Amino acid sequence: MAAPEASSAAVPTLMTNNTLRNAFGGVLSFFILLLIGVLAFSIRLFSVIKYESVIHEFDPYFNYRVTQFLTKNGIYEFWNWFDDRTWYPLGRVIGGTVYPGLTLTAGTIWWLLNSLNIPLSVETVCVFTAPIFSAFASWATYLLTKEVKGAGAGLTAAVLLAMVPSYISRSVAGSYDNEAVAIFALIFTFYLYIKTLNTGSLFYATLNSIAYFYMVCSWGGYTFIINLIPMHVLLCIVTGRYSSRLYIAYAPLVVLGTLLAALVPVVGFNAVMTSEHFASFLVFIIIHVVALVYYIKGILSPKMFKVAVTLVISAGLAVCCAVIAVLIALVASSPTKGWSGRSLSLLDPTYASKYIPIIASVSEHQPPTWPSYFMDINVLAFLVPAGIIACFLPLSDASSFVVLYIATSVYFSGVMVRLMLVLAPAACITSGIALSQAFDVFTRSIKFQLPGLSSNTEVDAGETSSATKEAQNDAVKTEKAEETSKDRPSRKSKKKEREHVEKPSTKTKAEKKRLLALPLEASVISLLLLVFLGAFYVVHCVWAAAEAYSAPSIVLTSHSHDGLHVFDDFREAYAWLRHNTDVDDKVASWWDYGYQTTAMANRTVIVDNNTWNNTHIATVGTAMSSPEKAAWEIFHSLDVKYILVVFGGLVGYPSDDINKFLWMVRIGGGVFPHIKEPDYLRDGQYRIDSQATPTMLNCLMYKLSYYRFVETDGKGFDRVRRTEIGKKYFKLTHFEEVFTTHHWMVRIYKLKPQKNRIRGKTKKSKSKTSSTSSSKRSGTRKKNPWH
Amino acid sequence: MEGPIRAREALALTLFSLLFFLSRSSALHDLLISNAERRIDLSSHIVKVYLTLKVENAGSSPASEVVLAFPPSQVDHLATVEALATKGKRKKTTFVRLEVKPTELPDAPNDTKYFTIYLANPLNSAESITLEVLYMLTHSLEPFPAEIGQSESQLVYYRDSALVLSPYHIKQQTTFIKTPSTKVDSFTRVEPTNRAGTEIKYGPYEDHTPYSFSAILVHFENNSPFAVVEELVREVEISHWGNLQVTEQYKLVHAGARHKGVFSRVDYQSKPSFNGVSSFRYLLARLPPRVHSVYYRDEIGNISSSHLRTDSRKSELEIEPRYPLFGGWKATFVIGYGLPLQDFLFESSEDRRYVNFTFGCPLMETVVDKLTIKVVLPEGSKDPSAVVPFPVDQHLETKYSYLDVVGRTVVVLEKKNVVPGHNSHFQVYYTFKPIFMLAEPLMLASAFFLFFVACIAYLHIDLSIRK
Repeated sequence: MAAPEASSAAVPTLMTNNTLRNAFGGVLSFFILLLIGVLAFSIRLFSVIKYESVIHEFDPYFNYRVTQFLTKNGIYEFWNWFDDRTWYPLGRVIGGTVYPGLTLTAGTIWWLLNSLNIPLSVETVCVFTAPIFSAFASWATYLLTKEVKGAGAGLTAAVLLAMVPSYISRSVAGSYDNEAVAIFALIFTFYLYIKTLNTGSLFYATLNSIAYFYMVCSWGGYTFIINLIPMHVLLCIVTGRYSSRLYIAYAPLVVLGTLLAALVPVVGFNAVMTSEHFASFLVFIIIHVVALVYYIKGILSPKMFKVAVTLVISAGLAVCCAVIAVLIALVASSPTKGWSGRSLSLLDPTYASKYIPIIASVSEHQPPTWPSYFMDINVLAFLVPAGIIACFLPLSDASSFVVLYIATSVYFSGVMVRLMLVLAPAACITSGIALSQAFDVFTRSIKFQLPGLSSNTEVDAGETSSATKEAQNDAVKTEKAEETSKDRPSRKSKKKEREHVEKPSTKTKAEKKRLLALPLEASVISLLLLVFLGAFYVVHCVWAAAEAYSAPSIVLTSHSHDGLHVFDDFREAYAWLRHNTDVDDKVASWWDYGYQTTAMANRTVIVDNNTWNNTHIATVGTAMSSPEKAAWEIFHSLDVKYILVVFGGLVGYPSDDINKFLWMVRIGGGVFPHIKEPDYLRDGQYRIDSQATPTMLNCLMYKLSYYRFVETDGKGFDRVRRTEIGKKYFKLTHFEEVFTTHHWMVRIYKLKPQKNRIRGKTKKSKSKTSSTSSSKRSGTRKKNPWH
Repeated sequence: MEGPIRAREALALTLFSLLFFLSRSSALHDLLISNAERRIDLSSHIVKVYLTLKVENAGSSPASEVVLAFPPSQVDHLATVEALATKGKRKKTTFVRLEVKPTELPDAPNDTKYFTIYLANPLNSAESITLEVLYMLTHSLEPFPAEIGQSESQLVYYRDSALVLSPYHIKQQTTFIKTPSTKVDSFTRVEPTNRAGTEIKYGPYEDHTPYSFSAILVHFENNSPFAVVEELVREVEISHWGNLQVTEQYKLVHAGARHKGVFSRVDYQSKPSFNGVSSFRYLLARLPPRVHSVYYRDEIGNISSSHLRTDSRKSELEIEPRYPLFGGWKATFVIGYGLPLQDFLFESSEDRRYVNFTFGCPLMETVVDKLTIKVVLPEGSKDPSAVVPFPVDQHLETKYSYLDVVGRTVVVLEKKNVVPGHNSHFQVYYTFKPIFMLAEPLMLASAFFLFFVACIAYLHIDLSIRK
């Protein structure tokens, strides 16, 4: 693990020996990488083996549906796709509101396979996209870490990333979500950035922009890149590490990257208009100023330079003020101060819960708990500090980037549990560096302490090659860089020369190292402990992949004394809707089930997981929290024919609609103030038993969930809330039950048609109604937002 | 209820006899039927009619054909007509299968349609023969009321004639109608008519002229599953590496009385004897023995409720759709399985092989409105020809599957209105040279070889412009 690719031409006598070592190391690391890819792919197949090859959860169903559309209708139809089966009656422009990277990737894979006459279904391709891309991601990690700390650290980091639980949770087979390809794109973009930084090659800079473009296509998390890289550039400039390589790494990325990003319809002008991107432009200006300064410094004498500095600073200040004023004006003119809600909740963790209940209601937008860190990155959490220290020995441009990456991602993961995913690669890279360095130190110590292991010179040679590996790598890189760019900064070349001076005197250095070596017993024990730590990590990851993260969540299983029970109620309900309702019927449900309903049942929904229109969601929330009559009016005005509720009370499925109900009240009440949260709470407590408030017991959600529930066991005992329900016997007047699944988990109701007016009654009350109708209508108008 | 029916029937009678007199011309009527016994089995939704005819040749010349007549309303629903000739007496009776073909007769009264039975040996003058005819009718039970609630049971109408429709004079005839239960709401009386238990007996009637008709209507309870497959596509893919892969795509519908109003799970689960008696939850598919890798899924994933029982003679797959099927409810699903090739593929001559497979639908007691069987022959096979015991539509297609270059020949057989009676074997003959089996492995091997050569070449060629 220490140095398969130790590249050293320093000792000419060992030239042939080293080429052999190089070749052997190259082949070995190639096969190790291949195995890592296989590992990354196969550890994610637990879901297929334990359950089935099926799309998981909610968002993946939408992506799957989009991919189906893409493969059926082609790319141009896809860009122009206006989806009328969702957000009824508003619809949604899919082509312009979706990050197309994932769909295009899977669509391309499918098209490629089919043109080779390999008839895989779109579903199969979608299911296996995530595992394939996690193999790519671990290879990208190898490349990135190799650029930072050599091949040994690269391989270690790749192994760690291949099975880090945090990433597995988002990329098991079937988890067909943006993150699946985005993490690969993220790491690969960082790799290309570091590669450009190390080589100063414009070729890699262009590749970097394209990788960034792919990232922009794939995931909204691209803003992390476009903020992190400027931060690193700024850090480099501030710490005096400016070089032309830095300029080449950064300037093309901003120009090309922004242009490319603006090509993605969902980003469009956001790439230059929103505050998320302003940091990059600011740093773009700064780096040009700095470049100019360095250039002028080169052509002017020190005295003239001082004069120039004073001149420029006075003029520059004025320009800066103007620019800042323009920026502030731009930011202030946009309604959210230029920041989207999700980004704002990143900066201010309490923002969402204060202002946007719809963001706060999503569990993956909550801050994580400490156990979730241990669950998701496990022992890496302890290795990360060691890795950071290792990054400082010595600190290069590349390793400073890793330090910055881990620092920012730790902060972001602390804000939103979903962003643990961004932390995972950083943790893997730093831990890989730490582990590799630790192994390096311990094996070196053992090598020196073991007498008669090998001849002295060989030991020395091996030792030098491994010990000064990073330094040499650095040197080699700098040599390469020197070939391409002559005008390197003096500081760098000085450092390099120092290393060059050191290199011939390896013997003396080895002597020094021999003194620094650890005692034999300590090294052996530490090695063993490290191996144990690694083994523990592997065991934990396999457990997490097999048990914790492989459930597809549309099929639930439970183990009882008489074997395995399968709860396939969701698909039962969706299949029923698909085959036994009219193709244009509208189905209302809470937004969680929107994507699944459109994808699996192929029916029009009112709201879905895209949550782009808060008012619309609030309308559904209001209807669910209203009494039957008012709810019927709202749904009727929305042309809804069926209502779908998820109810877990019979089998104890905790994430059902009753448990989500308070969010419906909150979101509904946020727009329609006649829905008040305290009406549904008894003394601040949410309860559905006999102590519950009458508003609660009469709202539509309660009624639809518990309709005729008491007849199952005679008492109406809710297994989720662990209590008997408050109101047991009641009738529905405006709705009728049309389907309930086998375990009662999904219940579908139909809106009853409007009753015929009885002629006699209307005649009698005609005079009355004519006078009261206007007031009545105004009364209903308050309740029903669609009239 | 019976009054108007009687009147109608009398009208029909006179009409038919009138027509009969007008059209008494052809040589048909040298034959006469001395005794006709008809048993109509209404216990499932496929109506099975067993007709025993004792035919006598009253003419002078030998007759080699016997003609069966069907009213036009039945012909559309007629799935099969089979005829057997009885030989020998009592215990030694043997049956000879006879050929039956639809025929057109020039002066058919009221669009009557005909089937001709071709006798094995011509029937000489004054001889007689006993024919056993079995025909099946689909979609012939009309639910009434057409919509029922969850707790109601399903009542259906069956329309037929009390007299056997025939172009011949019938001396004596009896009709038995078997209903699934004793619950019969009403039935038309054509005296003498008796009802005992689950059986209604019409007749015996003596001496009826050709084309006599007497409409009857039976209204009775039938809760057997009205499982109808609207469309079934069976794809049989032959791989000479030893596997026969079958994929069957079903569009299932409950063709009984439509479900109306609420579906209450509470009632359905707690009172199964009163609720949803006409609905069905299970279907049984009979698959060939030694079946392996069976799957049962639909477009949104695996359906977890199925059981497979295998023994050496047959395999039974019990499948449960995602939800119980009430009247008018639909479901689609796919069943797929693999079979060992040696059970189905045989060599007939040099390079000529044939595959022997079952026609029809593996589901028990179901009607298939449209059945398509696609036999996918291996790539490189030539001259396909299908041998099917009954008329089907045939054509050829080409399918591209794993790494195909020229595509595989697909023999497509289509048939409408298929009942379990069609589950007989058919053969597809084709020519195939075993060398074609190696085409794809060789192609893959050469592709990888070229890839490696390209890699080696790339590593050894210096592409840089500046030396």
